Amino acid sequence: MSALVQPAVLRLREQIQRLEGVPLRARTVLPFGVEAIDSRLPGGGLALGALHEVAGGGNAAINGAAAALFAARIAARTKGKILWCITRQDLFAPALAQVGLHADRVIYVDACDEKTVLACFEEGVRHGGLGAVVAEVARLSMTSSRRLSLAAEASGSIAIAVRRWRRQTEAADFGQPTASATRWRVSTLPSSPLPVPGVGRARWLLELIRCRAGESADFVMDACDVQGRLALPADVADRSATTQHGRRSA
Amino acid sequence: MSRVVSLYLPTWPTDRLRRNMGAAAPDPAMPLVLVGQAGRRREVVAANAVAIRIGLRVGMPATKAQALVKELVIHHADPAADGEALERLAVWALRYSPVVAIDGPDGLVIDATGASHLHGGEDAILADMISRLEGVGITARAAMADTRGAAHALARFAAQSSLVIPECESAERIKPLPIAALRLTADIVDDLGRLGFERVSDLLATPRAPLTLRFGPELGRRMDQATGRTGDPIEPVRPPDIIETQQLFAEPIGAPETIARYVAKLTIKLCQEMELRGLGARRLDLLFGLVDNRVQAIRIGTAQPVRDAKRLTRLLCDKIEKVDPGFGIEIMRLAATAADPFNTKQTISSLVDEPEADISGLIDILSNRVGETRLYRFEPVASDVPERSFRRVAAAAPASKEGWPAHWPRPARLLAPPELIETVALLPDHPPVNFTWRGSRRRVRKADGPERVFGEWWKRDTELIAVRDYFQVEDDAGERFWIFRAGDGEDAATGSHKWFLHGIFG
Repeated sequence: MSALVQPAVLRLREQIQRLEGVPLRARTVLPFGVEAIDSRLPGGGLALGALHEVAGGGNAAINGAAAALFAARIAARTKGKILWCITRQDLFAPALAQVGLHADRVIYVDACDEKTVLACFEEGVRHGGLGAVVAEVARLSMTSSRRLSLAAEASGSIAIAVRRWRRQTEAADFGQPTASATRWRVSTLPSSPLPVPGVGRARWLLELIRCRAGESADFVMDACDVQGRLALPADVADRSATTQHGRRSA
Repeated sequence: MSRVVSLYLPTWPTDRLRRNMGAAAPDPAMPLVLVGQAGRRREVVAANAVAIRIGLRVGMPATKAQALVKELVIHHADPAADGEALERLAVWALRYSPVVAIDGPDGLVIDATGASHLHGGEDAILADMISRLEGVGITARAAMADTRGAAHALARFAAQSSLVIPECESAERIKPLPIAALRLTADIVDDLGRLGFERVSDLLATPRAPLTLRFGPELGRRMDQATGRTGDPIEPVRPPDIIETQQLFAEPIGAPETIARYVAKLTIKLCQEMELRGLGARRLDLLFGLVDNRVQAIRIGTAQPVRDAKRLTRLLCDKIEKVDPGFGIEIMRLAATAADPFNTKQTISSLVDEPEADISGLIDILSNRVGETRLYRFEPVASDVPERSFRRVAAAAPASKEGWPAHWPRPARLLAPPELIETVALLPDHPPVNFTWRGSRRRVRKADGPERVFGEWWKRDTELIAVRDYFQVEDDAGERFWIFRAGDGEDAATGSHKWFLHGIFG
């Protein structure tokens, strides 16, 4: 896809970046290692030093289980400690270890309310010594998301907001604009079929709802395994992204 | 609104004596009294709980007590040593808050404004105090209220040994207490009793002028202090030989920027002082003496000894907004109430990989904001029971390198406690056909299991034969849950055979 980008477009992008006031250093990215996704993201991966949002779809908007695993999987591929800000203590550490995020790396902050979560989130992002900072928040206003993404730009850490609401009706809040670089929705799909009775490997519908300087897309993926690898399901062939770049990642 | 804890030690002299004597201490079930000289006669000045229960009273002649109780244990009272020991106890209580003072011969008063959340809440701070003291054999009662007077009264006269009065209710709660609760001299209490006053509410309902004319200004002052109408400053104890710097102001200051500027100056001075002694701060108390004699305090703690003035200033300045300067600040006192040896370490410069960034500064900032116990990591525990398979350790604790066995799928969210679900299931080892959780019914499409988890008989007797069978189930929409049945499906002794939902897979 990058070969298709015209030099004029590249110049325009540079100009926009200058206008946005982002320091003009080479933006590094964190690739997913799955060609189908990476090719859709500008720069070939999730931008480091930026705010990303992840939410669960359907009922998962309340429990956010898949969204948390997806965030953990992104965090696991960074270097250094991870700060995880929560208000509800129901995260099960062995599950995070099963997507490749070792318990020694994660420091939890159990903040009493949303306001404190955001304050701790920003503090962690601003510090810059952490690999990734994850926070489970319900409301994320334009102002606070702008603050967070500015802090992330200055420090270079990746900030992931796992949007998690108390009630299904509040999930409409996800439609409100924020300053995040990408916005994802992770919903569970029926697991991959097995030749014997039983539950197969979990399967996710990853929707890239919003992507700055990129287009939205959706992917059906086999969920993270023990090494934290996402993979294209073997039996999905009817999607354009798959037919173009269909290659099972290692 | 300030929050004050009053700690009352009803049998402090006898408790202290028993603690001092160690193994030679008399049996706690024996009546014990301490005898002192009052004028020319010897009288009982303290008695333990057993002695009071069998009818001995403070103030009765020693000979009478001896005549009443046959196997009475008598020791000499030492009020000076009691007072010194109480001072040491006050220094110990600094762990809860920077403002602690001795309150009479048998109690402490602690200004816990803004300090409770660091210890897990107002109830928890009192419970912690009482249980720690009980652990070393000291009986204690505690109350938390809005004013020092109310806390003092409730600690001594309320029925519970630990009592937290919600904000703004203190004035109401002291009304039914007897007049003696108001910290008045014995003469005034006697005279008031003779006039028919029994409860605090009687006094509050009486016009003030005649009372003042008859008893002097003391009575009105105590009433106002209890209800919070006038201030009641607490002069905090200072631990001996701590590193301390202070700044006096000719003109009272109040603006946050000014406070921040002087905090920076004080921290630099303190760090120089600590450098001379080779120490680093673990806990800093910054006390503000206000014009109207009130004391306000902020406290910070660090995970490791710190001597970096910039970092300490940053931690202190984070909390300046909590200080209410009132009419102005006259004196600022900064003390390192806990300090450890500070060893500078040479960093290993490696050519191979970058050293991991130092995040102890961030840990300090966050733990001062949310409380030390709310910042943690998880560490594996060798247990098959999911809710016991991890434990919390401090964020700065050394890495354990261990992990959980990875061959069984585990849910991303674990519900605590497991939620009861209604199911239709075949016994003994089939997964449910459908289940109802939080009002919605789901059909089970696919299932895996059972994974049998046995109870840990070494923890509790009831777990000797207890069993849980875990299943991973998937519903029509592809949502996956971790459910279990209490019991093995055949023997009712192994569990109730009810089904629970324990986790949600991602």
